[in-house]
Amino acid sequence: MDDASAPQTVDLAKEYETSGVAEVLRELDEELIGLAPVKQRIRETAALLLVDKARRDLGLEVETPTLHMSFTGNPGTGKTTVAMKMAGLLHRLGYVRKGHLVNVTRDDLVGQYIGHTAPKTKEVLKKAMGGVLFIDEAYYLYRPDNERDYGQEAIEILLQVMENNRDDLVVIMAGYADRMDKFFSANPGFRSRIAHHIEFPDYTDGELSKIAEAMLEQQHYHFDDAGRQAMADYIHHRRKQPHFANARSIRNALDRARLRAANRVFQTEGALDAIALSTITEADIRISRVFKGGLDVDQRSPS
Amino acid sequence: MRITQGCFSFLPDLDDVQISQQVEYCLENEWAIGIEYTDDPHPRNTYWNMWGNPMFDLRDPKGVMMELDDCRKSHGDSYIRIVAFDDERGVESVKMSFIVNRPAEEPQIHMQRTDFVDRAQKYAWDVRA
Ligand SMILES: Nc1ncnc2c1ncn2[C@@H]1O[C@H](COP(=O)(O)OP(=O)(O)OP(=O)(O)O)[C@@H](O)[C@H]1O
Ligand SMILES: [Mg+2]
Repeated sequence: MDDASAPQTVDLAKEYETSGVAEVLRELDEELIGLAPVKQRIRETAALLLVDKARRDLGLEVETPTLHMSFTGNPGTGKTTVAMKMAGLLHRLGYVRKGHLVNVTRDDLVGQYIGHTAPKTKEVLKKAMGGVLFIDEAYYLYRPDNERDYGQEAIEILLQVMENNRDDLVVIMAGYADRMDKFFSANPGFRSRIAHHIEFPDYTDGELSKIAEAMLEQQHYHFDDAGRQAMADYIHHRRKQPHFANARSIRNALDRARLRAANRVFQTEGALDAIALSTITEADIRISRVFKGGLDVDQRSPS
Repeated sequence: MRITQGCFSFLPDLDDVQISQQVEYCLENEWAIGIEYTDDPHPRNTYWNMWGNPMFDLRDPKGVMMELDDCRKSHGDSYIRIVAFDDERGVESVKMSFIVNRPAEEPQIHMQRTDFVDRAQKYAWDVRA
């Protein structure tokens, strides 16, 4: 130890509270329903990083840990939402300087012609410095069928930055599990640079019901009892239909339900109270095409 | 001859940590950052070459420092300055500008005095090696 002013002891529990880490984890717990394995992994990662930080404060040698991550799971399972929390968490822990999240897909990184890709990728990287770069559906960067695909150029720049700028930004790659696996086996460079693989399970019907309830509450709406049951039935049917996107399907369904509720109260005569204006009833849900077989009935998106 | 223009030019050259801190200050004010270079430091030369586009929406000075490194690699023997632009309505102009790179050997700014009618004098400056 060369620094005489370094403290002799640390209080991890106190550090946990004062750094704000505890608060982020509490928020994560409260705001996100389900996702137990994800929350567990994040708690473990936070503990590891907190201990690393304490070791550094005591003057023990620590390498900058590799923090790049991959989030795999089906659409609407909360990957983007968790990534945002992760950025806040890493910021509190002092592993990124600013703690913002830059959300990109292939189109933001890869150009249309020769010489277009490198500046585009660099532009994004500059914006992400000090924060988290979230690459959604990362496997689209890699097109094995076209060996002159410009995606390769973006991949090379990313690999370099992920290695050389580990203090400056954290990269999170997200996508569906099977395609991410293929992507990583074709690009071992990424595999070796990513230390944390976190899987996002699909939500159960019960969790989706709770998510629906929570989303409505945020918008100051609520179900009546029959409406709640209708929503549960809706979830049951919707899951088996194409393009099911977990919590996002719920959000979309609720948006349409509110639209129908508005139409319904609009046709009611006489005075309306606040309750009438904020209740989602059975009729608002059951009218959905999902109950008539959904997409199979016609080719439009289920309403 | 040491060229003095923009902020800080009467101070010793800023090192990269200090440049980074100044950029941080600019970003906190939500100014866009541009990097410009030239081999003609004549004070009347307001149009320096742009090194890429001005950078909007950065959160951290590291992005600017990366560009500065690249610019130094290509134009290490030129003057390079960092320019901070405020896009606020009614301002819309450069708020701050400072030199971050100089050629190893700086040119002279040479003054030429010429006699004119009725003992008047005219002055002109040029940059010469
Ligand atoms: N556990 C949860 N509790 C409450 N709301 C949730 C939960 N998970 C997701 N949501 C909501 O569902 C929506 C979709 O989530 P998000 O965008 O994070 O999914 P995603 O996994 O990134 O999807 P995609 O792979 O399609 O990008 C958001 O509006 C989010 O607020
Ligand atoms: Mg997403």
